[in-house]
Amino acid sequence: MTLAELSRGDRAQIIAIDSQKNSVQRLMVMGLVEGIEIEFLGRSLGGDPIELLIHGSALSLRQTDARHFTVTIADKKDGS
Amino acid sequence: MAEPAISSVPLENLTISQGMSIALVGNPNAGKSTIFNRLTGLRQKTANYPGVTVEKKVGKLNLSGSLYDLIDLPGIYSLSPQSADESIAVDVLLGRVEGTPQPDLIIAVIDATRLYQGLYLLQQLVELGRPIVIALTMTDDAIIKNISINTRQLQDKFQGVPVCELVATTGKGMRSLDTVIRNTIGKNYPQKNSYWKELRNASNEIQQKIGESSLKLVDIERAIINADPVAIESIQNVLGPETNSELLRYRTELCGSEPPIAVEARVRYSWIKEALPILESKAKAPIRWATKITNWINRPLTATVLFFGLMAIIFQAVFAWATPLMDFIDNTTVGLGTWVQDVIPPGIISSFIADGVIAGVGSVVIFLPQILILFLFIIVLEDTGYLARTAFLMDRAMRATGLSGQSVIPLISGFACAVPGIMATRVIPDRRDRIATILAAPFMTCSARLPVYALLIAAFIPNINVGFANLQGLVLFGLYMLGIIGGIGTALLLKRSALRGPNPTFILALPEFHIPSFRTVLLKLLDRARIFLRRAGTVIFTVAILVWALAYFPRSTNIETERVEAQAQASTVLTGSILETELNTIDNEAAAAQLAQSYLGRMGNWIEPVFTPLGWDWRISAAVIAAFPAREVVVAVLGTIYAVGAEADETSLVERLRSATWPDGRTVFTLPTVLGLLVFFAWCLQCAATLAVIKRETNTWRWPVFAWSYMTAIGYIGALLIYQIGSV
Repeated sequence: MTLAELSRGDRAQIIAIDSQKNSVQRLMVMGLVEGIEIEFLGRSLGGDPIELLIHGSALSLRQTDARHFTVTIADKKDGS
Repeated sequence: MAEPAISSVPLENLTISQGMSIALVGNPNAGKSTIFNRLTGLRQKTANYPGVTVEKKVGKLNLSGSLYDLIDLPGIYSLSPQSADESIAVDVLLGRVEGTPQPDLIIAVIDATRLYQGLYLLQQLVELGRPIVIALTMTDDAIIKNISINTRQLQDKFQGVPVCELVATTGKGMRSLDTVIRNTIGKNYPQKNSYWKELRNASNEIQQKIGESSLKLVDIERAIINADPVAIESIQNVLGPETNSELLRYRTELCGSEPPIAVEARVRYSWIKEALPILESKAKAPIRWATKITNWINRPLTATVLFFGLMAIIFQAVFAWATPLMDFIDNTTVGLGTWVQDVIPPGIISSFIADGVIAGVGSVVIFLPQILILFLFIIVLEDTGYLARTAFLMDRAMRATGLSGQSVIPLISGFACAVPGIMATRVIPDRRDRIATILAAPFMTCSARLPVYALLIAAFIPNINVGFANLQGLVLFGLYMLGIIGGIGTALLLKRSALRGPNPTFILALPEFHIPSFRTVLLKLLDRARIFLRRAGTVIFTVAILVWALAYFPRSTNIETERVEAQAQASTVLTGSILETELNTIDNEAAAAQLAQSYLGRMGNWIEPVFTPLGWDWRISAAVIAAFPAREVVVAVLGTIYAVGAEADETSLVERLRSATWPDGRTVFTLPTVLGLLVFFAWCLQCAATLAVIKRETNTWRWPVFAWSYMTAIGYIGALLIYQIGSV
């Protein structure tokens, strides 16, 4: 499962990154690395881009970049 | 409120470097500018770095009599730059920018609520081996969020670098920052250990091979990680052709087949992940209203409603709120003009002051309240974080044009002024996307178009209600839409032709909603008022005087003799109010005749054929031509032209425009003419400052020349179509 497939309120841990793309590397510099936990805050108008919370900072990125991050869900938020 | 003593250094002296320099470095939105404003007060100015257009904000810092240059660098996340302004920040830090010495002290601005990202940059900054202090900002926010930072541990983890806790909005902690700066700057500073030991070992080995060299370890490390061309060239000068294979060997040793930046991120963040629990403790934060607002704004439906609602409020405010102030300025200028004509006997001096200076400059200054209200909204939207939110919301829609949400911020700034809008494009990483945005920005209805629209709408669009809306407001809204359509259409065409390229990506840190600091908003607003008044006092003043002179000279003695004779004759046969009216009519006809044979009248008549198809008389033509350096000049020029050729008792420019006629008595400003004129101003690029900034941003004359020709052409064609279709 990738970052792009999460839904609002999910918490997930990044387990693997395909880091060849420049924009993916930029996201890594901003803190999206293996082992960290993120919260999925939501999607923009039309479902893309998405917004994440990483250690208190909100970050937005497009689905095309989000697909390069493999995650496992740590805490599925029910409802919302 | 603790504040550094304000010195009285004149602004001009800011260019002279009198001593050591200090740089403010940190993540975007970490609070650098607030600290900068606190430390420098009004002793700051904005310039540009040579060769690039990134704004360079410098100010003077006075610490117990010693003056330092303070530089506010663009926000960065790391020393691996990805856009024009990030490059300049890194280059200044590495001492590679001509005219900007390497900072003698770095103030690392770290947001206490975003320690995780801040520590990444902090590692790299400490490794630079320059004197450094940590300014921990947003500590008040951190308390609200139940985050507590152990500053003693922070200092310890970063090898003794002093830490100051600040509440920038209230000024708390600024005094201790002053003390720490004074104690650190200019002192001998030991090289710090690296947080990526393997990389430091590699750079040490390379430095030993190069031998005694001025090349710093950090430069070598940037050569390994970022293939930094400047650093590679310096190494090549010593190692020769084996440089590249040597660098590649180390790169492979450190990173294998993974990209070096990705490896660096993993190494540094794994250190941060271990250190973070020691440095900060987070209790369960109460749900804050800021978070609630942010979440609420985020919902697609509220976001859409809010966006259009805000735009509507802004338009309303710009017109309704400004009216009392504008009436005040209007009455003052009219009163001043009448007073001058009463006090000074009629003739050249009276005409120069009343028609040239007061009518010309006054007709532009009157729009200061509207422009400031507009800027107030844009500044507040930016500082609350809403503008970044808009970029996020509009990204999907912008994709249809081939651009990303990142182009939204420059375009919305363009509603205030294209110049800062174009400068705001520097965060766009791809050059083609950046140029497409630069060329779309001048279409956005800027504050200088507002006077033109306001004047013509007030004069010729009836103030009636159509359904719920006011017709004048609707027309204005239509003109804003026209600008947006022009800009978006241009970007779309360019991205499909000359600037075709891969689809851009969109990565943006979204600041949480927060209430902007009154002080920051006020400083920015004052800055805009200063820029506007300076323009009114220089460019517009000069053009108004020039136009007055062209409209006043040469004086025909024949017309003057005829006027005196006609009035003398009328006095013998008429009396009372009929005589009064007749005398006025004679004055008016004489003034119009004088104007028609003046230099301006002759030039206008000469150029008139070009604009006759648009329904413009020589006066409009002359005013539009004069407005090419700055579009709001058209209002001043119309003010002057119609003052020179008008009856003395007519007061407002609006009424003078309404009563303007062709020689055969037809009204000049018919609805098709006015609408055409509005379309012309919506699309034409009449702004020398914008052309200059496009040249600087794109580093070639090709784009400003293209933008000017293209926009003038579609403005002309638009006005032509409207007039011709409307007149059928």
